[in-house]
Amino acid sequence: MNLLQLSWKNLTDKPLSMLLNIVLFALGVGLISLLLLLNTQLQEKFDKNLAGIDLVIGAKGSPLQLILSSMYHIDAPTGNISIDEAKAFLRPGHPFIEQAVPLSLGDSYKGYRIVGTNLQFPAMYEAVPAEGRLWEKPFEVSVGATAAAVLNLKIGDAFQSSHGFVMDDNLVHDDAEAFKVVGIFQPTGAAIDQLILTATESIWAVHDGHSHEEGEGAEDHDHSDHDHGDHDHSETKPLHEQTDRSITSILLRFKARNMQTLNMQRSINENTNMQAATPAIEIVRLRGLMGLGADALRVLALVIIGVSGLSIFISLFSSLKERRYELALMRVMGASPFKLTALILLEGLLLALIGYAVGILLSHIGMEILARAMQDAYRYTFTGLTFLKEEAVLLLGALGIGMAAALIPAIQAGRTDISTTLAEG
Amino acid sequence: MLHAKNLEYTYDGKHILRFPDIACGSGEHWLLIGQSGTGKTTLLHLLGGLLSPLGGWVQVADTEMSSLSSFALDRFRGKNIGIIFQQSHFVRALTVEENLVLAQQLAGLKPDRKRAAELLYHLDLGHKLHAKPDRLSQGEQQRVAIARAIINRPNLILADEPTSALDDDNCREVIALLEREAGAVGATLLIVTHDGRLKEQFSNRVTLQPNRV
Repeated sequence: MNLLQLSWKNLTDKPLSMLLNIVLFALGVGLISLLLLLNTQLQEKFDKNLAGIDLVIGAKGSPLQLILSSMYHIDAPTGNISIDEAKAFLRPGHPFIEQAVPLSLGDSYKGYRIVGTNLQFPAMYEAVPAEGRLWEKPFEVSVGATAAAVLNLKIGDAFQSSHGFVMDDNLVHDDAEAFKVVGIFQPTGAAIDQLILTATESIWAVHDGHSHEEGEGAEDHDHSDHDHGDHDHSETKPLHEQTDRSITSILLRFKARNMQTLNMQRSINENTNMQAATPAIEIVRLRGLMGLGADALRVLALVIIGVSGLSIFISLFSSLKERRYELALMRVMGASPFKLTALILLEGLLLALIGYAVGILLSHIGMEILARAMQDAYRYTFTGLTFLKEEAVLLLGALGIGMAAALIPAIQAGRTDISTTLAEG
Repeated sequence: MLHAKNLEYTYDGKHILRFPDIACGSGEHWLLIGQSGTGKTTLLHLLGGLLSPLGGWVQVADTEMSSLSSFALDRFRGKNIGIIFQQSHFVRALTVEENLVLAQQLAGLKPDRKRAAELLYHLDLGHKLHAKPDRLSQGEQQRVAIARAIINRPNLILADEPTSALDDDNCREVIALLEREAGAVGATLLIVTHDGRLKEQFSNRVTLQPNRV
């Protein structure tokens, strides 16, 4: 029997006190680890989705909402903007704009968003088809990796989109032409994995047919009798030559960020019915808001860890009182003072180690459960199955706390006066 | 085997306890008898190397204990001296058998479960091998304590008041057991007691006098 086994037996001899110590420690460690996991993965999502986008132009409303809906696809769009107003930014050859990608949102298939855009959008996120190809004409879709996997979409599959972002049979565009899957993207880790991409024109066509059915045909003049199978009509004209159309937003990449681009943003906000929002600024704002909650949780976690350290200290210290005879006895049997110190230190370290292991296990299981919930709610993929470097640092911290809590009892144990103790009993 | 000369000890720095010289031959059985307050336990601790004397020296198996480093003394004690205390204490998280094995290991010897088990069977404790010590009766605990004291085949066995709480029959039995087991491992046995009943059974006796200076 070595010291480690002896420490272990001493701990398991008091199962309730051991349980309390481990549960407390695991709670503290688990909470910190969960915060780390969430924070890292959110940061990753935010960074990946930034994709070098400098400005988002959309309908007036909350700038944060515009960013969340157009870049992260987790909130409702602020509304639509008319192509007339937007086309200044879509036209090639703008002096400041390197790239402008139009987005049309508002439809979905089984909760996964259908985005009408152009081929620059997947290019922006460096998304390439794993199977099949990019869409070439309206009603062809290329599907993000996660969406394809969850919806079990394969090349050649056809489906009907529905209005809005919730699954509701009453909102299905059953009068419109079906979308046909022509490609499936490789996973990118960005929001595009959760999207179904198609040409902007597809969205228009669906809604034209839709409004036609409802007797609002006056709006869609030259489409009133069009055949959805025949795409040889004005929808194939470049967007900036369209009139009377609307899109949801435009993602912009500037050639360079400078005073002129800042002025352009201000001018959009002041002089048009549109708003321009900077993703980086909005995300910093969002993180600031979330950060308050995270900070409070972090403080709570640290308090719990502190209390668990104290609890380990108290239980070791009080067990020392009960065990002073057996410690003296071990000295009589040949144990050096150092051995007794090591024995108690090991008990503290063991508690910390087990508490850490249980805590990490809990946080990763918790993260996985949370990830599934978020997948359902936001179509965002998180995972509890990755481990972080910070968790190794956390292990060192945990062992440090176990050691610190055990230090005074351990030194006390090493100083056990054999003769006095045994003479008492 | 066991020699002590001019032993002195002080608890408070003012009153010095002086002890008679002791010289026990190998395998001899001795009785150290004295009334309460004569420093019996102090002397036992000095002889067992649990206390360092103020003056004088103790020699066990030709080794002078004050010449050993603290670490070496711990090891020496574990290997060469078996002590049976008035109250039996054990490592409570361990079974009876594990307590014996621990005694072997702490003395720096190889764990020998077979010897531990044999010894316990021999002392009629075979059925308690895997019991926790606090589940045992007083008498059983004392026998386990004796087993632990002799498991490493020590040169010297010290017993502190082993009979004080026992009736006459049990008293005789325990002394017989101690003498038999000490004999079995060829150890010198020194029993410290105030129990007058033991006087007749030992021809080798040292008597402690009240000796405060």
